[in-house]
Amino acid sequence: MAGLNKLVGSYEAALEGLSNDMTVMVGGFGLCGIPEGLIAQMVKTGVTGLTAISNNAGVDDFGLGLLLKSRQIDTMIASYVGENATFEQQMLSGELNVILTPQGTLAEKIRAGGAGIPAFFTATGYGTPVAEGKETREIDGRHYVLEPALTADFALVRAWKADTMGNLVFRKTAANFNPMMATAGKITVVEAEHIVAPGELDPDHIHTPGIYVDRLIQGTFEKRIEQRTVKA
Amino acid sequence: MALSREQLAQRVSQELQDGFYVNLGIGIPTLVANYIPQGMEVMLQSENGLLGMGEFPTEETIDADLINAGKQTVTAIDGASFFSSAKSFAMIRGGHVDLTVLGAFEVDVNGSIASWMIPGKLIKGMGGAMDLVAGADNIIVTMMHADKKGNSKLLPVCELPLTGYGCIKRVLTDLAFIEIKDGAFHLLERAPGVSVEEIVAKTAGKIVVPENVPEMQL
Repeated sequence: MAGLNKLVGSYEAALEGLSNDMTVMVGGFGLCGIPEGLIAQMVKTGVTGLTAISNNAGVDDFGLGLLLKSRQIDTMIASYVGENATFEQQMLSGELNVILTPQGTLAEKIRAGGAGIPAFFTATGYGTPVAEGKETREIDGRHYVLEPALTADFALVRAWKADTMGNLVFRKTAANFNPMMATAGKITVVEAEHIVAPGELDPDHIHTPGIYVDRLIQGTFEKRIEQRTVKA
Repeated sequence: MALSREQLAQRVSQELQDGFYVNLGIGIPTLVANYIPQGMEVMLQSENGLLGMGEFPTEETIDADLINAGKQTVTAIDGASFFSSAKSFAMIRGGHVDLTVLGAFEVDVNGSIASWMIPGKLIKGMGGAMDLVAGADNIIVTMMHADKKGNSKLLPVCELPLTGYGCIKRVLTDLAFIEIKDGAFHLLERAPGVSVEEIVAKTAGKIVVPENVPEMQL
Protein backbone atom coordinates (compact mmCIF):
# COMPACT_ATOMS: atom_id res chain seq x y z
CA MET A 1 0.00 0.00 0.00
CA ALA A 2 1.26 3.41 -0.90
CA GLY A 3 -0.65 5.13 1.85
CA LEU A 4 -0.06 8.86 1.56
CA ASN A 5 3.09 8.47 -0.48
CA LYS A 6 2.36 10.18 -3.81
CA LEU A 7 5.69 9.43 -5.45
CA VAL A 8 5.63 7.62 -8.79
CA GLY A 9 8.67 6.18 -10.54
CA SER A 10 8.08 7.09 -14.16
CA TYR A 11 6.49 9.71 -16.37
CA GLU A 12 4.28 6.95 -17.83
CA ALA A 13 2.90 6.32 -14.35
CA ALA A 14 2.58 10.04 -13.71
CA LEU A 15 0.19 10.49 -16.64
CA GLU A 16 -1.54 7.11 -16.54
CA GLY A 17 -5.18 7.53 -17.56
CA LEU A 18 -4.64 10.59 -19.72
CA SER A 19 -6.71 10.04 -22.83
CA ASN A 20 -8.10 11.79 -25.90
CA ASP A 21 -10.42 14.81 -25.51
CA MET A 22 -9.52 15.44 -21.89
CA THR A 23 -9.08 18.84 -20.28
CA VAL A 24 -5.59 19.53 -18.94
CA MET A 25 -4.38 22.47 -16.85
CA VAL A 26 -0.71 23.30 -17.18
CA GLY A 27 1.03 25.60 -14.72
CA GLY A 28 3.45 28.36 -15.68
CA PHE A 29 3.64 31.97 -16.82
CA GLY A 30 5.41 32.11 -20.14
CA LEU A 31 8.15 29.52 -19.75
CA CYS A 32 8.56 30.28 -16.04
CA GLY A 33 7.39 27.50 -13.73
CA ILE A 34 6.20 25.03 -16.38
CA PRO A 35 6.20 21.27 -15.73
CA GLU A 36 8.68 20.52 -18.51
CA GLY A 37 8.88 16.75 -18.18
CA LEU A 38 5.12 16.27 -17.92
CA ILE A 39 4.61 18.32 -21.09
CA ALA A 40 7.20 16.18 -22.88
CA GLN A 41 5.38 13.07 -21.67
CA MET A 42 2.05 14.39 -22.97
CA VAL A 43 3.67 14.70 -26.40
CA LYS A 44 4.92 11.12 -26.11
CA THR A 45 1.51 9.68 -25.25
CA GLY A 46 0.12 11.06 -28.54
CA VAL A 47 -3.26 11.86 -26.99
CA THR A 48 -5.28 14.28 -29.12
CA GLY A 49 -8.29 16.57 -28.89
CA LEU A 50 -7.05 18.12 -25.66
CA THR A 51 -8.46 21.25 -24.10
CA ALA A 52 -5.45 22.99 -22.56
CA ILE A 53 -5.82 25.63 -19.84
CA SER A 54 -2.66 27.64 -19.35
CA ASN A 55 -1.90 31.35 -19.15
CA ASN A 56 0.26 31.20 -22.31
CA ALA A 57 0.96 28.77 -25.09
CA GLY A 58 4.72 28.40 -24.82
CA VAL A 59 7.09 29.15 -27.67
CA ASP A 60 7.49 27.21 -30.91
CA ASP A 61 9.90 24.60 -29.64
CA PHE A 62 9.29 24.60 -25.89
CA GLY A 63 6.50 24.39 -23.37
CA LEU A 64 2.97 23.95 -24.71
CA GLY A 65 4.28 24.93 -28.14
CA LEU A 66 5.43 21.31 -28.44
CA LEU A 67 1.86 20.02 -28.07
CA LEU A 68 0.59 22.56 -30.58
CA LYS A 69 3.20 21.54 -33.12
CA SER A 70 2.09 17.91 -32.79
CA ARG A 71 -1.55 19.08 -33.13
CA GLN A 72 -2.70 17.47 -29.90
CA ILE A 73 -4.57 20.54 -28.64
CA ASP A 74 -8.03 21.40 -30.00
CA THR A 75 -8.98 24.17 -27.62
CA MET A 76 -6.74 26.56 -25.75
CA ILE A 77 -7.89 28.67 -22.81
CA ALA A 78 -5.27 31.37 -22.15
CA SER A 79 -4.84 35.09 -21.50
CA TYR A 80 -1.96 35.94 -23.82
CA VAL A 81 -0.57 33.95 -26.70
CA GLY A 82 1.78 36.30 -28.50
CA GLU A 83 5.02 34.35 -28.49
CA ASN A 84 4.21 31.38 -30.66
CA ALA A 85 4.13 31.28 -34.46
CA THR A 86 2.65 27.76 -34.60
CA PHE A 87 -0.15 28.99 -32.40
CA GLU A 88 -0.86 31.98 -34.65
CA GLN A 89 -0.99 29.79 -37.71
CA GLN A 90 -3.39 27.27 -36.17
CA MET A 91 -5.58 30.01 -34.74
CA LEU A 92 -5.83 31.86 -38.07
CA SER A 93 -6.60 28.65 -39.99
CA GLY A 94 -9.38 27.83 -37.54
CA GLU A 95 -7.70 24.56 -36.61
CA LEU A 96 -7.39 25.67 -33.03
CA ASN A 97 -10.23 27.01 -30.92
CA VAL A 98 -8.96 29.79 -28.64
CA ILE A 99 -10.81 31.17 -25.64
CA LEU A 100 -9.00 34.31 -24.50
CA THR A 101 -9.65 34.98 -20.84
CA PRO A 102 -8.40 37.92 -18.74
CA GLN A 103 -5.45 36.80 -16.64
CA GLY A 104 -7.00 37.58 -13.26
CA THR A 105 -10.32 36.03 -14.26
CA LEU A 106 -8.47 32.93 -15.46
CA ALA A 107 -6.61 32.65 -12.16
CA GLU A 108 -9.82 33.11 -10.16
CA LYS A 109 -11.81 30.65 -12.32
CA ILE A 110 -9.23 28.01 -11.47
CA ARG A 111 -9.11 28.98 -7.80
CA ALA A 112 -12.92 28.84 -7.66
CA GLY A 113 -12.93 25.46 -9.42
CA GLY A 114 -10.63 24.01 -6.80
CA ALA A 115 -12.62 25.58 -3.96
CA GLY A 116 -16.02 24.27 -5.03
CA ILE A 117 -17.38 27.64 -6.11
CA PRO A 118 -19.25 27.14 -9.42
CA ALA A 119 -19.07 30.76 -10.63
CA PHE A 120 -18.41 34.29 -9.44
CA PHE A 121 -19.17 37.89 -10.39
CA THR A 122 -16.30 40.13 -11.47
CA ALA A 123 -16.16 43.63 -12.93
CA THR A 124 -13.34 42.50 -15.22
CA GLY A 125 -14.45 42.41 -18.83
CA TYR A 126 -17.83 44.13 -18.39
CA GLY A 127 -18.78 45.90 -21.63
CA THR A 128 -16.02 44.10 -23.56
CA PRO A 129 -16.06 41.11 -25.95
CA VAL A 130 -15.26 38.88 -22.95
CA ALA A 131 -18.73 39.50 -21.48
CA GLU A 132 -20.64 38.59 -24.65
CA GLY A 133 -23.31 35.95 -23.96
CA LYS A 134 -22.63 35.98 -20.23
CA GLU A 135 -25.01 36.88 -17.42
CA THR A 136 -24.35 40.33 -15.94
CA ARG A 137 -25.65 41.91 -12.75
CA GLU A 138 -25.58 45.33 -11.15
CA ILE A 139 -24.48 45.23 -7.51
CA ASP A 140 -24.31 48.49 -5.55
CA GLY A 141 -24.24 50.52 -8.75
CA ARG A 142 -21.43 48.59 -10.47
CA HIS A 143 -21.71 46.12 -13.30
CA TYR A 144 -20.37 42.58 -13.01
CA VAL A 145 -20.01 39.55 -15.29
CA LEU A 146 -20.75 36.00 -14.14
CA GLU A 147 -17.71 33.83 -14.80
CA PRO A 148 -17.97 30.04 -14.42
CA ALA A 149 -15.24 28.15 -12.58
CA LEU A 150 -12.76 25.83 -14.30
CA THR A 151 -11.65 22.34 -13.35
CA ALA A 152 -9.69 19.74 -15.34
CA ASP A 153 -9.22 16.01 -15.74
CA PHE A 154 -5.52 16.50 -15.13
CA ALA A 155 -3.66 19.42 -13.54
CA LEU A 156 0.06 19.43 -14.28
CA VAL A 157 2.02 21.44 -11.77
CA ARG A 158 5.63 22.36 -11.19
CA ALA A 159 6.87 22.83 -7.62
CA TRP A 160 10.25 23.71 -6.18
CA LYS A 161 10.16 21.43 -3.17
CA ALA A 162 7.78 18.66 -2.29
CA ASP A 163 7.68 16.01 0.39
CA THR A 164 6.53 12.54 -0.59
CA MET A 165 3.08 13.27 0.87
CA GLY A 166 2.64 15.99 -1.78
CA ASN A 167 3.08 19.06 0.39
CA LEU A 168 4.44 21.74 -1.93
CA VAL A 169 6.61 24.83 -1.83
CA PHE A 170 6.94 27.08 -4.87
CA ARG A 171 9.84 29.36 -5.69
CA LYS A 172 9.68 33.07 -6.59
CA THR A 173 7.53 33.88 -9.63
CA ALA A 174 7.55 30.23 -10.72
CA ALA A 175 4.49 29.89 -8.46
CA ASN A 176 2.16 31.87 -10.79
CA PHE A 177 -0.75 29.56 -11.77
CA ASN A 178 0.65 26.40 -10.16
CA PRO A 179 -0.92 26.73 -6.67
CA MET A 180 -4.48 27.17 -8.01
CA MET A 181 -4.13 24.48 -10.64
CA ALA A 182 -2.95 22.04 -8.00
CA THR A 183 -6.39 22.38 -6.38
CA ALA A 184 -8.47 22.14 -9.56
CA GLY A 185 -7.44 18.83 -11.16
CA LYS A 186 -9.39 15.59 -10.76
CA ILE A 187 -5.90 14.14 -10.92
CA THR A 188 -3.14 16.55 -9.90
CA VAL A 189 0.35 15.58 -10.95
CA VAL A 190 3.32 17.49 -9.56
CA GLU A 191 6.78 17.60 -11.06
CA ALA A 192 9.17 18.83 -8.39
CA GLU A 193 12.77 20.01 -8.43
CA HIS A 194 13.50 18.59 -4.99
CA ILE A 195 11.69 15.83 -3.13
CA VAL A 196 12.22 15.34 0.59
CA ALA A 197 10.85 13.11 3.34
CA PRO A 198 7.75 14.12 5.34
CA GLY A 199 8.78 16.33 8.24
CA GLU A 200 11.58 18.05 6.37
CA LEU A 201 9.37 20.90 5.18
CA ASP A 202 8.27 23.35 7.87
CA PRO A 203 4.44 23.04 8.01
CA ASP A 204 4.29 26.83 8.36
CA HIS A 205 6.04 27.24 5.01
CA ILE A 206 3.94 24.89 2.88
CA HIS A 207 2.11 26.69 0.08
CA THR A 208 -0.04 23.77 -1.10
CA PRO A 209 -1.08 21.01 1.34
CA GLY A 210 -0.70 17.43 0.09
CA ILE A 211 -4.45 16.76 0.08
CA TYR A 212 -4.60 18.31 -3.40
CA VAL A 213 -1.82 16.19 -4.88
CA ASP A 214 -2.34 12.74 -6.37
CA ARG A 215 0.98 11.96 -7.99
CA LEU A 216 4.48 13.31 -7.59
CA ILE A 217 7.53 12.84 -9.78
CA GLN A 218 11.10 14.05 -9.54
CA GLY A 219 11.83 16.27 -12.53
CA THR A 220 14.90 17.76 -14.15
CA PHE A 221 14.45 21.18 -15.69
CA GLU A 222 16.06 23.15 -18.47
CA LYS A 223 14.45 26.38 -17.16
CA ARG A 224 14.67 28.19 -20.43
CA ILE A 225 14.47 32.00 -20.22
CA GLU A 226 12.10 33.75 -22.62
CA GLN A 227 13.34 37.36 -22.29
CA ARG A 228 16.87 37.40 -20.97
CA THR A 229 17.36 40.96 -19.69
CA VAL A 230 20.37 42.13 -17.71
CA LYS A 231 21.55 45.42 -16.29
CA ALA A 232 23.51 47.54 -18.74
CA MET B 1 6.86 70.13 -28.58
CA ALA B 2 5.08 66.84 -28.02
CA LEU B 3 6.43 64.89 -25.06
CA SER B 4 8.99 62.16 -25.66
CA ARG B 5 8.51 58.71 -24.14
CA GLU B 6 10.89 59.68 -21.34
CA GLN B 7 9.01 62.92 -20.67
CA LEU B 8 5.72 61.05 -20.49
CA ALA B 9 7.27 58.76 -17.88
CA GLN B 10 8.69 61.77 -16.06
CA ARG B 11 5.29 63.50 -15.88
CA VAL B 12 3.61 60.32 -14.62
CA SER B 13 6.27 60.00 -11.93
CA GLN B 14 5.06 63.31 -10.44
CA GLU B 15 1.85 61.49 -9.52
CA LEU B 16 3.74 58.98 -7.34
CA GLN B 17 3.47 59.34 -3.59
CA ASP B 18 5.68 58.04 -0.82
CA GLY B 19 4.51 54.58 0.25
CA PHE B 20 2.61 53.83 -2.98
CA TYR B 21 2.18 50.32 -4.40
CA VAL B 22 2.26 50.74 -8.18
CA ASN B 23 1.63 48.53 -11.20
CA LEU B 24 3.38 49.65 -14.38
CA GLY B 25 2.30 48.25 -17.74
CA ILE B 26 4.56 47.36 -20.66
CA GLY B 27 6.12 50.16 -22.78
CA ILE B 28 6.16 53.79 -21.62
CA PRO B 29 4.71 52.93 -18.18
CA THR B 30 7.74 50.72 -17.47
CA LEU B 31 9.98 53.79 -17.89
CA VAL B 32 8.29 55.45 -14.90
CA ALA B 33 10.45 53.24 -12.66
CA ASN B 34 13.47 55.31 -13.81
CA TYR B 35 11.95 58.54 -12.44
CA ILE B 36 10.95 57.61 -8.90
CA PRO B 37 12.02 60.69 -6.87
CA GLN B 38 15.04 60.20 -4.63
CA GLY B 39 14.14 59.27 -1.08
CA MET B 40 10.61 58.20 -2.01
CA GLU B 41 9.64 54.62 -1.20
CA VAL B 42 7.51 53.02 -3.91
CA MET B 43 6.90 49.30 -4.37
CA LEU B 44 6.33 47.95 -7.87
CA GLN B 45 3.80 45.17 -8.39
CA SER B 46 4.19 42.68 -11.21
CA GLU B 47 0.91 40.88 -11.81
CA ASN B 48 2.41 37.43 -12.38
CA GLY B 49 3.05 37.37 -8.62
CA LEU B 50 5.68 39.78 -7.33
CA LEU B 51 5.49 42.81 -5.06
CA GLY B 52 8.79 44.66 -4.77
CA MET B 53 10.23 44.33 -8.27
CA GLY B 54 13.82 45.54 -8.56
CA GLU B 55 16.10 46.34 -11.46
CA PHE B 56 17.32 43.89 -14.10
CA PRO B 57 19.78 41.29 -12.79
CA THR B 58 23.43 40.85 -13.72
CA GLU B 59 24.64 37.79 -15.63
CA GLU B 60 25.65 36.38 -12.23
CA THR B 61 22.32 36.93 -10.47
CA ILE B 62 19.98 36.06 -13.34
CA ASP B 63 17.26 33.61 -12.21
CA ALA B 64 14.82 31.84 -14.55
CA ASP B 65 12.30 31.65 -11.69
CA LEU B 66 12.18 35.43 -11.28
CA ILE B 67 10.50 37.34 -14.11
CA ASN B 68 8.11 40.27 -14.53
CA ALA B 69 4.77 40.41 -16.34
CA GLY B 70 6.64 41.13 -19.58
CA LYS B 71 8.51 37.83 -19.03
CA GLN B 72 11.81 39.68 -18.56
CA THR B 73 14.25 38.51 -15.92
CA VAL B 74 14.20 40.90 -12.94
CA THR B 75 15.29 41.07 -9.30
CA ALA B 76 13.37 41.50 -6.06
CA ILE B 77 14.13 44.29 -3.58
CA ASP B 78 14.46 43.84 0.19
CA GLY B 79 10.92 43.59 1.52
CA ALA B 80 9.59 41.94 -1.63
CA SER B 81 7.10 39.08 -1.61
CA PHE B 82 6.05 36.36 -4.05
CA PHE B 83 2.54 34.94 -4.42
CA SER B 84 0.24 33.13 -6.83
CA SER B 85 -1.43 34.88 -9.76
CA ALA B 86 -4.80 34.45 -7.97
CA LYS B 87 -3.52 36.40 -4.96
CA SER B 88 -1.92 38.93 -7.28
CA PHE B 89 -5.18 39.68 -9.03
CA ALA B 90 -7.11 39.63 -5.76
CA MET B 91 -4.76 42.47 -4.81
CA ILE B 92 -5.54 44.27 -8.07
CA ARG B 93 -9.27 43.53 -8.21
CA GLY B 94 -9.65 44.34 -4.55
CA GLY B 95 -8.38 47.86 -5.14
CA HIS B 96 -5.22 47.53 -3.04
CA VAL B 97 -2.83 48.87 -5.68
CA ASP B 98 -2.48 52.65 -5.29
CA LEU B 99 -1.63 53.54 -8.88
CA THR B 100 -1.82 51.69 -12.18
CA VAL B 101 -0.17 53.04 -15.33
CA LEU B 102 -0.90 51.49 -18.71
CA GLY B 103 -1.04 52.24 -22.41
CA ALA B 104 -4.03 52.38 -24.78
CA PHE B 105 -5.04 52.61 -28.46
CA GLU B 106 -8.13 54.71 -27.69
CA VAL B 107 -10.06 56.25 -24.79
CA ASP B 108 -13.43 57.97 -24.85
CA VAL B 109 -15.37 60.66 -22.97
CA ASN B 110 -17.07 58.04 -20.80
CA GLY B 111 -13.74 56.69 -19.58
CA SER B 112 -13.84 53.53 -21.67
CA ILE B 113 -10.53 52.19 -22.93
CA ALA B 114 -9.48 50.04 -25.91
CA SER B 115 -5.99 48.60 -25.71
CA TRP B 116 -5.86 44.94 -26.68
CA MET B 117 -7.51 44.09 -29.98
CA ILE B 118 -7.52 45.50 -33.49
CA PRO B 119 -10.02 43.55 -35.64
CA GLY B 120 -8.36 42.06 -38.68
CA LYS B 121 -4.98 42.05 -37.00
CA LEU B 122 -3.66 39.13 -35.03
CA ILE B 123 -5.13 38.96 -31.55
CA LYS B 124 -2.61 38.07 -28.91
CA GLY B 125 -4.83 38.40 -25.88
CA MET B 126 -5.59 40.84 -23.13
CA GLY B 127 -3.27 39.40 -20.49
CA GLY B 128 -3.98 41.24 -17.25
CA ALA B 129 -5.11 44.55 -18.78
CA MET B 130 -8.86 44.00 -18.32
CA ASP B 131 -8.37 43.09 -14.66
CA LEU B 132 -6.13 46.10 -14.09
CA VAL B 133 -8.55 48.65 -15.55
CA ALA B 134 -11.55 47.11 -13.80
CA GLY B 135 -9.85 46.75 -10.44
CA ALA B 136 -7.87 49.92 -9.94
CA ASP B 137 -9.41 53.23 -8.95
CA ASN B 138 -6.35 55.37 -9.63
CA ILE B 139 -5.27 54.73 -13.23
CA ILE B 140 -3.20 56.87 -15.55
CA VAL B 141 -3.34 55.96 -19.23
CA THR B 142 -0.30 57.00 -21.26
CA MET B 143 -0.82 57.20 -25.00
CA MET B 144 -0.35 59.21 -28.18
CA HIS B 145 -2.98 61.93 -28.62
CA ALA B 146 -3.40 61.21 -32.33
CA ASP B 147 -2.06 58.75 -34.89
CA LYS B 148 0.56 59.66 -37.50
CA LYS B 149 -2.15 60.95 -39.87
CA GLY B 150 -3.49 63.23 -37.14
CA ASN B 151 -6.57 61.12 -36.36
CA SER B 152 -7.57 61.60 -32.73
CA LYS B 153 -7.37 58.71 -30.29
CA LEU B 154 -9.48 60.60 -27.74
CA LEU B 155 -12.94 59.83 -29.01
CA PRO B 156 -16.66 60.37 -28.34
CA VAL B 157 -16.97 56.55 -28.24
CA CYS B 158 -14.16 54.00 -28.59
CA GLU B 159 -14.28 52.32 -31.97
CA LEU B 160 -12.11 49.31 -31.14
CA PRO B 161 -13.28 46.45 -28.86
CA LEU B 162 -13.04 47.61 -25.25
CA THR B 163 -10.62 46.59 -22.54
CA GLY B 164 -12.81 48.25 -19.94
CA TYR B 165 -16.01 50.26 -19.79
CA GLY B 166 -16.16 53.58 -17.96
CA CYS B 167 -13.08 53.06 -15.81
CA ILE B 168 -10.49 55.67 -16.85
CA LYS B 169 -10.32 59.08 -15.19
CA ARG B 170 -6.87 60.40 -16.16
CA VAL B 171 -5.01 60.34 -19.48
CA LEU B 172 -1.54 61.62 -20.22
CA THR B 173 -0.83 62.02 -23.92
CA ASP B 174 2.19 63.41 -25.70
CA LEU B 175 0.25 66.69 -25.90
CA ALA B 176 -1.81 67.02 -22.75
CA PHE B 177 -2.80 65.84 -19.30
CA ILE B 178 -6.53 65.28 -19.23
CA GLU B 179 -9.18 64.33 -16.71
CA ILE B 180 -12.28 62.45 -17.82
CA LYS B 181 -15.52 63.33 -16.01
CA ASP B 182 -19.17 64.12 -16.73
CA GLY B 183 -18.90 62.74 -20.27
CA ALA B 184 -16.07 65.00 -21.40
CA PHE B 185 -12.32 65.40 -21.54
CA HIS B 186 -11.17 68.20 -19.23
CA LEU B 187 -7.86 69.76 -20.17
CA LEU B 188 -5.61 70.07 -17.10
CA GLU B 189 -2.16 70.76 -18.54
CA ARG B 190 -0.52 71.08 -21.92
CA ALA B 191 2.90 69.85 -23.00
CA PRO B 192 5.54 72.60 -23.11
CA GLY B 193 5.11 74.63 -26.30
CA VAL B 194 1.90 72.90 -27.38
CA SER B 195 -1.07 75.20 -27.95
CA VAL B 196 -4.57 74.69 -26.62
CA GLU B 197 -5.78 75.01 -30.21
CA GLU B 198 -3.66 72.05 -31.34
CA ILE B 199 -4.96 69.92 -28.46
CA VAL B 200 -8.57 70.84 -29.18
CA ALA B 201 -8.09 70.18 -32.91
CA LYS B 202 -6.68 66.71 -32.18
CA THR B 203 -9.38 65.74 -29.66
CA ALA B 204 -12.43 64.17 -31.33
CA GLY B 205 -14.46 63.75 -28.15
CA LYS B 206 -16.03 66.66 -26.27
CA ILE B 207 -13.31 68.67 -24.56
CA VAL B 208 -13.69 71.27 -21.83
CA VAL B 209 -10.96 73.92 -21.71
CA PRO B 210 -10.60 76.13 -18.65
CA GLU B 211 -9.52 79.74 -18.99
CA ASN B 212 -6.00 79.03 -17.89
CA VAL B 213 -4.22 75.84 -19.02
CA PRO B 214 -0.77 75.62 -17.42
CA GLU B 215 2.23 74.08 -19.13
CA MET B 216 3.56 70.88 -17.64
CA GLN B 217 6.55 71.33 -15.38
CA LEU B 218 9.16 68.70 -16.26
